[in-house]
Amino acid sequence: MSSTSGKMMQSSIGKKLLMGLTGLFLVSFLIVHCLLNSFIFFNDGGLLFNQGAKFMATNPIIRAMEYVLFLGLIIHMLQALILTMQNNKARPVKYVMQGNEANSKWYSRSMGLLGTLLLLFLIIHLAHFWVKSRFTGLPGEDANGNENLYAVMQDVFHIWWVVVIYVAGVISLAYHLLHGFQSAFQTLGWNHPKYTPTIKKIGMFFSIIISLIFALMPICIYFGCIK
Amino acid sequence: MSHGNMNLTLKIWRQKSDKEKGKLVTYPVQDISPDMSFLEMFDVLNEQLITKGEEPIAFDHDCREGICGMCSMFINGRPHGPKRGVTTCQLHMRSFKNGDTIVVEPWRAAAFPVIKDLTVDRSAFDRIISKGGFISVNTGNAQDANNIPIPKTDADAAFNAAACIGCGACVATCKNSSAMLFVSAKISQLALLPQGKVEATARVKNMVAQMDEEGFGNCTNTGACEIECPKGISLENIARMNREFYVANIKS
Repeated sequence: MSSTSGKMMQSSIGKKLLMGLTGLFLVSFLIVHCLLNSFIFFNDGGLLFNQGAKFMATNPIIRAMEYVLFLGLIIHMLQALILTMQNNKARPVKYVMQGNEANSKWYSRSMGLLGTLLLLFLIIHLAHFWVKSRFTGLPGEDANGNENLYAVMQDVFHIWWVVVIYVAGVISLAYHLLHGFQSAFQTLGWNHPKYTPTIKKIGMFFSIIISLIFALMPICIYFGCIK
Repeated sequence: MSHGNMNLTLKIWRQKSDKEKGKLVTYPVQDISPDMSFLEMFDVLNEQLITKGEEPIAFDHDCREGICGMCSMFINGRPHGPKRGVTTCQLHMRSFKNGDTIVVEPWRAAAFPVIKDLTVDRSAFDRIISKGGFISVNTGNAQDANNIPIPKTDADAAFNAAACIGCGACVATCKNSSAMLFVSAKISQLALLPQGKVEATARVKNMVAQMDEEGFGNCTNTGACEIECPKGISLENIARMNREFYVANIKS
């Protein structure tokens, strides 16, 4: 048997691998983002949060990682687009009756839709914070003399429909992660009777907890629990 | 109508050939015994159609005992119907109620073109197998069983993977028409055993390349295939195929 010399990354499994790896990389970003933003829960008028934001904005490693992050995101989205187009081509005539609700979870079949919602949310989110802190400038400084990103947060999250959009975005994130987290491990080949139940539990716990913490940020600010 | 028998409305996909468009045609059937298999119910309907001088419905079937993998109907949105772990020939009419409407479609995938009505061309699977779903060593006489010790867990896993009958239900139910459950079962049954390890690297690369070539979709791990597989082939096989594929690509 002689071996085909195909390009690994152009094969179906190679593309899946790239989806899984970039997905897990984006998960690592979520953890950092969530931890840092959780500084607002100290309820100190955002002093600690602004301190953290300053570190993220000035540390050269973090600055470099920002490019890697956008690259990872772009690869994740492009691969998703390519895979989805191939998958649509793989079934040109659709079923009249398709009973997938009996054999799989709706969110596992809706990763493209959830991902698109996340992208729309991300554009709004970046416009709210990232564009201001990186390009258009922030409104003044806090008591410690740090740029006051927290003031932007207070402004933005006092608009009710913004809070609704953020909560909806975070719900999309929760379902996207609920499938994506454990799916990445399956793609990496990590499926074992001993470990897979634990991976699935960690994935579920992570999806719910991180989404809950993110959702609490706009909600708490809107209702004035955090001043 | 004898006791317990059913009257049903069937909506069956009729399509003259791959080139022509198909459509659902409604056929009422009467006095169907709950003990009939789904295919026997089709036999009854076809007898009626032949008697009336109409074209009988083409459908695949062979052994009618759940081991050949030929029967391939997509029944009410699910391959082989609503029951777990059965092929269409093992599906009995008692799984339905009197008065039910049942929609029957062929497997739908670009890689499985419709031949006629409910029959599809699954030779894409044969071409994948021909790329490496075998061992090319000369086996000679049977050796003493204990010459090559194989752990019981490996032997069991290989046997479970080998239970795949190549029916294509995994492709049919997958939202992406991915053939990864089938291919991974065929790779696993050999990768787990010493005889198969000799050619493992070339096998996984060649079979995955052919799978992609045939135009099957990409797996998104929804797990639908595992649920609908009449032989209970598990997703662990897909993970094993992925591992085999990565290792093979690192090695050569």
